[in-house]
Amino acid sequence: MSDPRPFRTVGTSPRKVDALGMAAGAAAYVDDVAISGMLHAKFLWSPHAHARITRIDASRARALPGVVCVLTHHDVPRILHTTAGQGYPEPSPYDTLMLDSKVRYVGDRVAAVAAETRAIAEEALGLIDVEYEVLPPVLDMERAMDPGAPVIHDEPDARAVIPVPYEPQRNLAGHVDMQIGDPEKAFAAAPVQVDVTCHTHYGQHTPIEPHVTICWLDADNRLIIRTSTQVPFHVRRIVAQSCDIPVRRIRVIKPRIGGGFGVKQEVLEDLVAMLALKTGRPVKHEYTRAEEFVSSRTRHPSRVRVRLGLEADGKPVAIDLDVLTNTGAYGSHALTVACNCGSKTLPLYPCPNVGFRADSVYTNLPVGGAYRGYGATQAAFPMEVAMDIAAERLGVDPVELRRKIHIREGQGSDVFRALGEGKAGVVQKIGSCKLDECLDRGAVAIGWSEKRGRDRHSPKLVKLGVGMCALMQGSSIPEIDMGAASLKMNDDGSFNLLVGATDLGTGSDTVLAQIAAEALGVSLDHVIVYSSDTDLTPFDVGAYASSTTYLSGEAVRKAAVIVRGQVLQVAAEILGLPPGDVDQLRTEAGEVIAPDARRVTFAQVALRSLYDADQHQIASFASHISHASPPPFAAHFAEVEVDTETGFCRVVKYVAAVDCGTAINPKLAEGQTEGAVLNGISYALTEELLFDQAGRCRNPSFGHYKIFSTRDLPEMVTIHVPSYEPTGPYGAKSVSEISINGPLPAIANAIYDAIGVRLFQPPFTPERILAALKGVAPPSQPPSLKNGSR
Amino acid sequence: MKLTATINGVRRTLEVAPRALLIDALRDAGYTSVKRGCETGDCGACTVLVDGVPLASCVVFAGQVEGRVLTTVEGLGTPDRPHPLMEAMVDAGAVQCGFCTPGMILSAKALLDENPDPTAADVKDALDGHLCRCTGYVKQIEAVLDAAARLRTRAAAGGGAR
Repeated sequence: MSDPRPFRTVGTSPRKVDALGMAAGAAAYVDDVAISGMLHAKFLWSPHAHARITRIDASRARALPGVVCVLTHHDVPRILHTTAGQGYPEPSPYDTLMLDSKVRYVGDRVAAVAAETRAIAEEALGLIDVEYEVLPPVLDMERAMDPGAPVIHDEPDARAVIPVPYEPQRNLAGHVDMQIGDPEKAFAAAPVQVDVTCHTHYGQHTPIEPHVTICWLDADNRLIIRTSTQVPFHVRRIVAQSCDIPVRRIRVIKPRIGGGFGVKQEVLEDLVAMLALKTGRPVKHEYTRAEEFVSSRTRHPSRVRVRLGLEADGKPVAIDLDVLTNTGAYGSHALTVACNCGSKTLPLYPCPNVGFRADSVYTNLPVGGAYRGYGATQAAFPMEVAMDIAAERLGVDPVELRRKIHIREGQGSDVFRALGEGKAGVVQKIGSCKLDECLDRGAVAIGWSEKRGRDRHSPKLVKLGVGMCALMQGSSIPEIDMGAASLKMNDDGSFNLLVGATDLGTGSDTVLAQIAAEALGVSLDHVIVYSSDTDLTPFDVGAYASSTTYLSGEAVRKAAVIVRGQVLQVAAEILGLPPGDVDQLRTEAGEVIAPDARRVTFAQVALRSLYDADQHQIASFASHISHASPPPFAAHFAEVEVDTETGFCRVVKYVAAVDCGTAINPKLAEGQTEGAVLNGISYALTEELLFDQAGRCRNPSFGHYKIFSTRDLPEMVTIHVPSYEPTGPYGAKSVSEISINGPLPAIANAIYDAIGVRLFQPPFTPERILAALKGVAPPSQPPSLKNGSR
Repeated sequence: MKLTATINGVRRTLEVAPRALLIDALRDAGYTSVKRGCETGDCGACTVLVDGVPLASCVVFAGQVEGRVLTTVEGLGTPDRPHPLMEAMVDAGAVQCGFCTPGMILSAKALLDENPDPTAADVKDALDGHLCRCTGYVKQIEAVLDAAARLRTRAAAGGGAR
């Protein structure tokens, strides 16, 4: 595509198309509609980390007035599937049943009730009689593959559906490895060697709207699923699979949803759907906050070892990444998060010898899932701490080390080819990279050269420090993800834009409308967006893998280019121009303009095409897959204040300089960066799910799982450095995920700058910082099991 | 039992269960801007104004507001006639998923009713406890300061603040 700059709509920040209604409290979300005769569902959750259900008797619950349906594993089809909302065939193993005779974590599903009121449904849960044979649990991921460890998935038919390693008999849910060159030989000869092991902990996405689903049967006995999902088309496919009904019988509608961050990439709608199918009544299920914390999905905890071998001038000669992730009780996203630990970090620093191995293991703890960052969060932390250590050993500034060794425009990486998601990757060269400018502008904004090292050797009790990191992510899963769009023209020259892409609050409906408006030459209010309805909109894999703007946006651009051609054809007829002169027409502000300055409005074109001559619907469909996943790049800088007496660490200022290509809507792009940064800071400092020695979550509430609020906010600086990604719509690449990966390493490196002590185990709580200052071993992974309540 | 209260300027009598929470009474009566995020009073999404004071309606029994004056976002404005706080939130890019927005607008309204010219620190204090996972709060704080300026301009022009 030729460079179409300057832009008209792209690069501006008009109002988000759905924002005013939401601000005014419009009934826009799943739970804002009432359907007459609606039942309320509640689920019974396992009290045991690992147990077999030896007897389950729901007769007392069924006898309770107002209870309409109770489902146990005796009442539902036994169909193994994955809840991971991924493309087909999924890279996550088929290890999950709608309801099973075995439970694998505290919070696993045991039974479901649908009743006339929520209170009756809750009461009925207590009337379900369950006898368990309690089994020894696996609560430490480091011990999950020990010989003789309890086998969590001993069902004989659990399986991988793509050709990847899967060994449930030793609790191995996913494995990936690759090697380029000879890393061990190169390490042995490298003059500078760094060896760092970091852990990351259980975190939860905490969308402010928990998962909520309403299912009903329409007049034609079709199952309608109105749900808070990021992946409506995967919901349709996977619910059809697990309920054993045809895809064509299901319609999934995603209205406005209250945030997702990956947790709504999980297909948890099956049991609500089954209740609706069994009762013939509308059924609503809404997770409580405690259920959202424990029984939806989490970030895979990890242990990642990074070894760097560098030349004396800083050039990497060997990089090795050894990864262990904990997928919890089910293997949702187990393999692919592990893959991304390598694929979203290693290409940043080109190196001739690269080793990468990752295991993802089952434990009897809550289930890992997709979470913004998706492996990059887990691996960028040790990688960037290792780079900080390397810079110190080399005696160079950490900013200068990154500047010297990062990947550049025109460069490829063998890692792109070797490492995909559950299969080999795709060869690609970097088409856009403004990381140098991110480093420059970020360093100025934080005051890097003035502030670096200022308090390290001072006698002050409260010390300031600055730290930084460099980051990359991707934009869509190349040659796997597909997005599609359609456009049709209305009487007044407006257009319906129908997209399968899923706006989970990100503003993608607005961004996609801007892309359509740009390509058509109309104002934004002439593009009416409707998204994510499996009956009405074309397919899209959904909102994940930083794909929507880049991938679905290009589908929209293509559809708009086709429709624009149709508009020009009709305009040429109106103007009496020969068809060959169409190329000389241009569009602007809803008008077609001829070289002689005569004008035809889009409304005239629409009226002619619909009512007057050679009537036809001006409309188009377009699909897009990408052969590349161009990385956005970023340089993050943190300034922290550490109290050496209390161990309390506060982020004073945070600078995120991001190259996301063209920001289609700069204000919304800033919002993505700010939101990701603050989520990352809060994960680095306070957020952590804690478990007791029976595997029970100890803090499933906002009162005890601290996410940042306004008073906790540091000074935030967001810098978007424009670049032009040649493969993206109007030069765009992704922005949503990358910035959640920065706070862990940037803050850890800043703490080191302040107090000379390195932390490898977040969150960086006062206890851990004090332990590190005193030189005693900080609480190790999983710290929660060491100080459990029993 | 019956609950009689003034809701968004209209005196209404609602039929509610004796132990109904205010959030459920309001949502069942159609005030769907009152969002359920935690049911423990921690997230702020269900905030309503009771006699002008922000309150988490998920930890209040409906019966406790008998005879009081309640305000939800529906009472501040509509998409056709938006309140300046709504417009400022939209213009700042502060509305991502929007789930926390109505509650934040109400707490901001309570702040601006008391203090028409707040500092950023005042705004942070007023919005603290309204959890938002999308935005990082930067744009909400900007929006409230902007709305305050809009309301002051309107008051100076004789329009009067709502």
